[in-house]
Amino acid sequence: MIEILSASRCTACNVCVKACPANVFEAVPGSVPVIARQADCQTCFLCEIYCPVDALFVAADPEHVTGITEDAVVAAGLFGGYARALGWKKGREGGADADPTHRLRQASLTAMPTGPRSPAP
Amino acid sequence: MAEPIQLTSDVLVIGGGPAACWAALAAREAGCSVVLVDKGYVGTSGATAPSNTGTWFATTKERRAKLIAERVKSSEGLADLRQMGRVIDTATQHLHVLAERGYRFPRDDEGALYIANLRGPDYMRFLRQLLVRAGVTVRDHHPALELLTAGEVVAGAAGFARQLGQNWEARAGAVVLATGGCAFGSRILGATGLTGDGQLMAAELGARLSGMEFSSQYGIVPLHSSVNKGLPYFWASFYRADGSAIEIPPGERFAVLARESLSGPLQARLDRATGAVPDALRRGQPNCFLPFERAGIDPFAQLFPIALRAEGTVRGTGGLKRADDACGVGIPGLFAAGDTLERQDIAGAATGGGGPNASWAIATGLWSGKGAAAFAQRLGPRAAERPVRPAGQVGLRPAADARALDPAEAVALVRAEMLPVERNFFRRAPTLNASLSRLDAAWATLRDHGQGEGATAFRLREAAALLASSRWAYRAAAARGETRGMHRRLDAPAGTPALAHRLTLAGIDQPVLSFDRPPQEAAAS
Repeated sequence: MIEILSASRCTACNVCVKACPANVFEAVPGSVPVIARQADCQTCFLCEIYCPVDALFVAADPEHVTGITEDAVVAAGLFGGYARALGWKKGREGGADADPTHRLRQASLTAMPTGPRSPAP
Repeated sequence: MAEPIQLTSDVLVIGGGPAACWAALAAREAGCSVVLVDKGYVGTSGATAPSNTGTWFATTKERRAKLIAERVKSSEGLADLRQMGRVIDTATQHLHVLAERGYRFPRDDEGALYIANLRGPDYMRFLRQLLVRAGVTVRDHHPALELLTAGEVVAGAAGFARQLGQNWEARAGAVVLATGGCAFGSRILGATGLTGDGQLMAAELGARLSGMEFSSQYGIVPLHSSVNKGLPYFWASFYRADGSAIEIPPGERFAVLARESLSGPLQARLDRATGAVPDALRRGQPNCFLPFERAGIDPFAQLFPIALRAEGTVRGTGGLKRADDACGVGIPGLFAAGDTLERQDIAGAATGGGGPNASWAIATGLWSGKGAAAFAQRLGPRAAERPVRPAGQVGLRPAADARALDPAEAVALVRAEMLPVERNFFRRAPTLNASLSRLDAAWATLRDHGQGEGATAFRLREAAALLASSRWAYRAAAARGETRGMHRRLDAPAGTPALAHRLTLAGIDQPVLSFDRPPQEAAAS
């Protein structure tokens, strides 16, 4: 679930407040928003890619708080990682036209790793 | 609390996933004014947005026939050939419409447009842009709590604007429910809001359900994660805790893994991915790699722990029963689309997960939007002036004395009864009945005493919807005394030809169940 909203990176644009489908964040007048309802987070990672300044970090565990620190996220280079992998930049979409999934589906039809298998879903 | 926000339109769409968006677009293009209200944010709401989904389409007659033949087989007698054809044709046409309007599909190695895949975050953001461009009024964070009726006709909905702290009331000539399936509180990608709200609201007016026993699909996730995306596991091998390999016969993956999960932890490794596949997986399915990257695991080289997570009716096939080709649900003025509807037409007793469900969302979205538009246009512009009554019951208007109830308790109960493999994947009459007695008791408490305002009402209604879908699912599972598709009865492990029919549920408090008669039998009587 959402664990880090970096106050040093955040510009208080409140895009996360708007874009979170589970209404996890709360805007604070004159300040950066807060993670107000952490347990409601559905761990979809989408707030990360909507954030224009890579200030959010969602840990993969949807049920427990891992307690990861901002320093650890920085050290592992994880801020903005999902956006980079997709090709989204500064909260804007991009990269769908470079999606190589067609090669996967093709490979799933031709590779047949162990005898006859059904095509990939 | 302040006066409710008043919204008025020809067509009201409730929901924020692809089916809702396509419904809103179709109604708008038919010339209607459209308001769309969603519990979350259109663009990130629902199971599609965080996913990468295949599509179900055919550009040749041969491929169309092949797709239908495959599904007829896996549906175990419950699919509908004509509806499959309609879905494939409508979805194929509109995937091309999507490309024409500027969605950036990739091209394959031959340079052809590759419409077989939609990248969730991009697709849903694009649909939002289409809605805004078309002049649809989009209200995010506006969960609907109940429908409004004018006599016997649905005439709008009411709900709570979470971020404004204000109730809203929407009047419309027709309403489309596209609130998704019910995930029973399972922490899978995009499912927090999928509590079965539309099914509850429609059933309160007498709409019927079908296929609810097919609600036992499970997905593989890296342990302690939400990422239930199956494509990478095509290249996986599976292992027990001691490192011994698990043998998986073709088509038996989930049954074998579910059985193994009962005797100990499971592990996997994507060790069958070779050549260009690992790179294409990383770049094509980035959401699948988030748990690995965040845990510092190389899934191609290292074993990693996995678990099975229930996917409810999202990848199951149960939902509201369609009454006509326009996706009406048998209540005048009320239509439904996407996972809110049952999907036995295209999937029968098997999962519709992936391509078929994505195409179903497009097709039923369009049909319901058009159907709602036609209904609203017949009513004319004064539809909004009809006097209305609220139709919501459980969680809003208690049958006995109102008491303070904690909706989280009901949600926890639903999770405990519906998510474990040993209760839902492998079913037996005694466990189903034991679960039902606890779910029924929680339902009775909520029915008799539940009442709230604003945010409390929202949570109580989610709890009521979760309980309603859970009770329908296990009642149908108890009534289908055989094994068919994903519905596995340990106490009745074979299929029974006499039960090769759909199972319909009517009512919420005391559901009445009946197997549909085959068409020839119905015609003969």
